[in-house]
Amino acid sequence: MAIRYDPDVASPEQSPADDHPRYDYGVFSFASKAEVLEKSKEYWNPGKTQFWIDSGVPLVIDRREEYFIYDMSGKRLIDVHLNGGTYNLGHRNPEVVQAVTVAMQHFDVGNHHFPSLARTALAEALVASAPAGLTKVIYGSGGGEAIDIALKTARHATGKRRILSIVKAYHGHTGLAVGTGDERFSKLFLSDNPEDFPHVPFNDLAAMEEALQGRDIAAVIMETIPATYGFPLPEPGYLRAVKALCEKYDALYIADEVQTGLMRTGELWAITKEGITPDIMVTGKGISGGIYPIACVLVSERCAGWLTEDGFGHISTFGGAELGCIAAIKALEICSRTETRSMVHYISDFIGRGLRQIQATYPDWFIGIRQNGVVMGLEFDDPQGAKYVMKHLYENGVWAIFSTLDPRVLQYKPGILLKPEIAEELLDRTEVAIGKAYREVRGLRGSR
Amino acid sequence: MSAFVDIPLEPAGVPHGRAMVERAEWAARAFATYDIASVRRIAMAAAQAGEAHARQLADAAVAETGFGVAEHKFLKNVACSIGIWNTYADDDYVSPVIDQARKIVEIPRPAGVVFALTPSTNPVATVMFKIMLCLLTRNAIIVSPHPYAKRCSAEAARVMRDAAIAAGAPDGCIQVLEEPSIPLINALMTDERVDVIVATGGTPMVRSAYRSGNPAIGVGPGNVPVLVDATADIPAAAARIVASKSFDNSILCTNESVLIAEEAIAERLQQAMKREGASFLDEEQVARVCGVIFEQGHFNTAWVGKSAAQIAEAAGIKVPKGTLILVAPFDLVVPEQVLAHEKLCPVLGWVTVPNAARGISAAMAVLRITGAGHSAAIHSEDPGTIMEYASRVRVLRVAVNVGNSLGSAGIETNLAPTMTIGTGFFGRSSVGENLQPAHLVNRTRIACNADARMPMPDFSGLDAWQAPQGAVPAYPLASNAAGAPAIEPRTNGRGDAATMAGDGTDELRDEIRRMVIEELRQIIKG
Ligand SMILES: Cc1ncc(COP(=O)(O)O)c(C=O)c1O
Repeated sequence: MAIRYDPDVASPEQSPADDHPRYDYGVFSFASKAEVLEKSKEYWNPGKTQFWIDSGVPLVIDRREEYFIYDMSGKRLIDVHLNGGTYNLGHRNPEVVQAVTVAMQHFDVGNHHFPSLARTALAEALVASAPAGLTKVIYGSGGGEAIDIALKTARHATGKRRILSIVKAYHGHTGLAVGTGDERFSKLFLSDNPEDFPHVPFNDLAAMEEALQGRDIAAVIMETIPATYGFPLPEPGYLRAVKALCEKYDALYIADEVQTGLMRTGELWAITKEGITPDIMVTGKGISGGIYPIACVLVSERCAGWLTEDGFGHISTFGGAELGCIAAIKALEICSRTETRSMVHYISDFIGRGLRQIQATYPDWFIGIRQNGVVMGLEFDDPQGAKYVMKHLYENGVWAIFSTLDPRVLQYKPGILLKPEIAEELLDRTEVAIGKAYREVRGLRGSR
Repeated sequence: MSAFVDIPLEPAGVPHGRAMVERAEWAARAFATYDIASVRRIAMAAAQAGEAHARQLADAAVAETGFGVAEHKFLKNVACSIGIWNTYADDDYVSPVIDQARKIVEIPRPAGVVFALTPSTNPVATVMFKIMLCLLTRNAIIVSPHPYAKRCSAEAARVMRDAAIAAGAPDGCIQVLEEPSIPLINALMTDERVDVIVATGGTPMVRSAYRSGNPAIGVGPGNVPVLVDATADIPAAAARIVASKSFDNSILCTNESVLIAEEAIAERLQQAMKREGASFLDEEQVARVCGVIFEQGHFNTAWVGKSAAQIAEAAGIKVPKGTLILVAPFDLVVPEQVLAHEKLCPVLGWVTVPNAARGISAAMAVLRITGAGHSAAIHSEDPGTIMEYASRVRVLRVAVNVGNSLGSAGIETNLAPTMTIGTGFFGRSSVGENLQPAHLVNRTRIACNADARMPMPDFSGLDAWQAPQGAVPAYPLASNAAGAPAIEPRTNGRGDAATMAGDGTDELRDEIRRMVIEELRQIIKG
């Protein structure tokens, strides 16, 4: 391969002659970041591309390793977005990369119709890791598909059609999943269907009971902590009460652990911290190791009926691709380690403490910390507060995203293998950015 | 494509080992803030647990490794648990020390992550010893036991870990490699996150610790000469030498290797040693014993820590019942004489010399073969001879009128009690003393202007460290759960809140802030 731009040793301006591509990635190359942005709008997604430019986050991720991502300019960012836990274990985690690379000498995507080595091995490992009672695994290629599988499974098992979710839930944008979420995404595609997908407010047991009373709900689907809504925490006992209501009115409980699973709360599955055994549990994002897409649905025997009745009931060429299974086996193993759990407890304690100290400095601006392990939502006293903080974080070398469904709240999701010195650096940068955002929003000058 | 593919292929077990180092880093950070009262509570608890399991673990070590004497291992385990605690209970490797005269304050700072290699010969005792040193100094430790002794070593580490954690030590401050392997040990030795390697074991392993690029404290092998001169109390010397040589079947690296006797007392010494359980071999028997315990000029490690009776039987020699050691006479201390090399079994070389001066030369010759920087013993009543011996033989400790096994190890002398003998520059090591807690801490020195007109700030009453509040780390409760922590004002050294307003002692203002936040919370919820 030709010359590769190395941000550590050169700036783009110092790169070789103009006729030579400055950013050469082997199978493609670009002359400049501007070219990428331009073509991104032209050929890919003009809306999204422009949105980030307008938001003060003109990021095109180039190099990536550990918890660092690098913009094409060479700017380094500590990643505390992690795509919702996809990069739980860091970017290009060497163990996952090694497992998949070695596996590629033997495996490929596999044939989805046949029993498979890797799918069987992963299913066994998942069942062993899961709350008791979840006994079979169904695979999808992404979180949304897995949610669709969960919803279809619930419908089959109960013979009911309606799915109950909470207002501002987010379970993905596939055919069924999108119906459980915010109208913004369903109406756009004429997919809103309030009859089959009723929504009730979060943390409101009365509303939940009212919706369930008719006994026509197949399942309640709950993110253990609603991510895209900014991680409002379930009130103590809320989820357990929801589960009890499900039992009372013969609805299934589907735990969406796509963001909360895989040790992010200091236990492998957050739902076990709530003392609940769900009927169905969905994992995605981080289970891929950030390397090969895969998502998984764990179901109880009661729900698993269709797998016997018609095993071809859900067909997905890439669902449970074998390379994905290998990435997942490794990711699950790393997440499950005693050492990892211990570190999450340390990181959670350290970052939580540091954030509370920052909060003490800006108590009327940084008004809340929602935290469960390294799942964190930071609340700011402005309707768009998190967008300002996001921008200043970006300028100060941290990538964290605002909550789409509540832009007051910044999603702040440190990695589960974060090193102490990076955790310290992260807090330093965060404190400065929160201060700068405060001064911008309040129209203040000078340092505080 | 190749520039994009950069995969370090790590042998099995290494990634898990690295995870242990990462965990240890967090533990070390937390531990480094503990105060002396907490440290003492933790160290004492671990020591007591070690003592309580001393016998069981001694038996386990003998069962697993097949060598040594359980009763003696028991004694070492006690010495390395509660014994170490008793030695250092009043010492403080934690609190700042103010030196008014020099206008210097010293703040102890632990190394951080200690990677501890422990041997098969003294497995449990060394594990206990190193854990105790780390607890006393607030270091996190990863124990890498010798593969031959991995089970008993891991069990020893677990016993002390559980007690330490129950007494408030940070999670992960004591870890042990359950499946040690050469690639794993190499990977961790060279891992940059390891702050210091403390290597007790064979020369190749110690040398690779030094080559790792990480700070290392390594110790070389011993090869102990013991000189008995004409002034010595012969019956006492005989008793001590036989007891020391037979202690744990010569497994300690401080065990006597070659006895150098002044001719004038040689016969009496021989008779006295026989009464203590020594069997003197004739020329033919020496050859047969050497044929058993040496293989092509090298000590056959299969005989490490085996008893005198076992060796005699293998050599086809009849020895009296109750024989504790075999004594093998030879003429000259030279490299080609196998008996002049280190022997970790109860076979003692024996040479006679016409006078003490020749004896000192012979002892120097022993150290030229191996064991430089290690230890030597002398039984003598002549201070001049002792001084001459100690200043010429290339060792860093000389045990006088005491068995060397426990003498140079600091158990029957007032040297620092240790399972790790620093061999210093003679032995190509960074430490020349018996390994002790002080070797695992540095000190940050607050150095004030020496000018007499500049007063020294008053540091009295300030401690840099705190007792932990509950489990470390705290269990990650959801922040809206009962018992979750609230806003945390920053504190400075005197415990005052430091808020942005600068006058953080204003409690009223803090209270108002808290109320405002609570109100805002309610509004948001409502
Ligand atoms: C909680 C939750 N469930 C499901 C999904 C959908 O996953 P995917 O984007 O892989 O389809 C997401 C994605 O953000 C999510 O956060």
